[in-house]
Amino acid sequence: MNWLFKYANPHNFMRLSNWLLPVCAVGAVLCLAVGLYFSFSAPPDYQQGATVLLLFIHVPADLMAMGAYVIIAVCSLMSVIWRHPLSDTAARAAAPLGAVFTFLGLVTGALWGKPMWGTYWVWDARLTSFLLLLFLYLGYMALWNAIEDETRAARACAILALISVVNIPIIKFSVDWWSTLHQGETIMAGKLAPVYLAPFFLMMAGYAFLFGALWMLRIRTFIVERRARTLMVSA
Amino acid sequence: MNFDLGPYAAYIWPAYAISAVALGGMTAWTVLGWRRAKARLAALEKKE
Repeated sequence: MNWLFKYANPHNFMRLSNWLLPVCAVGAVLCLAVGLYFSFSAPPDYQQGATVLLLFIHVPADLMAMGAYVIIAVCSLMSVIWRHPLSDTAARAAAPLGAVFTFLGLVTGALWGKPMWGTYWVWDARLTSFLLLLFLYLGYMALWNAIEDETRAARACAILALISVVNIPIIKFSVDWWSTLHQGETIMAGKLAPVYLAPFFLMMAGYAFLFGALWMLRIRTFIVERRARTLMVSA
Repeated sequence: MNFDLGPYAAYIWPAYAISAVALGGMTAWTVLGWRRAKARLAALEKKE
């Protein structure tokens, strides 16, 4: 854990992100460009036809939405246990990004649902728990903004994140635990046709790199804003 | 590359367009926030 503690220091994080951020940004552009090329070059699915193209943007958005919330919970746990100053900042920085990915997961899912299921929306376990994730993101961000004292806000948000992260396994296993319209596990179960693996993993990498780059930039922004506030107070 | 999406074009193109706008908007918002914060800090440091 020592390596992690080292980068929980704002100065060390600024140095690390100074070179890691451009690497992630370039990775995002390259993976998304090549991923889009492979996506639109892939043959239509034998059952779903051209709508298989939605897989390449819907599933990465869903996975990033859930991954960002897990990141928030892990940072919150670090904040509660070790009280690293950067943990709260990292958790707070990830929230709006996760909310955008959740929104995209819901919208692209609805646009996939209509031609495949005949409806944009159904109140089944997967869709409802995923909608709840969007509300959790909005609630988390609202709580940060509602409490003026930053230390108290961070503590309240950490507790909220640690309790509500239970929704992530519920989303993941909802298709196994309940009878849902949403299809079951496909990619990890090895059910995805090999021809779609390259575009899927490229788009997934592109989304992950983009999240990484923007997350680091938002943490850097918070650190710089904090420095500016300190200067203003001391002036 | 195949851009003829047949009867599903009405669902696929909006999904890609919304994704592009949301991800592009999120990127622009983040970069602008960073630039604003950096400019503010630079102005304060200049005053010091």
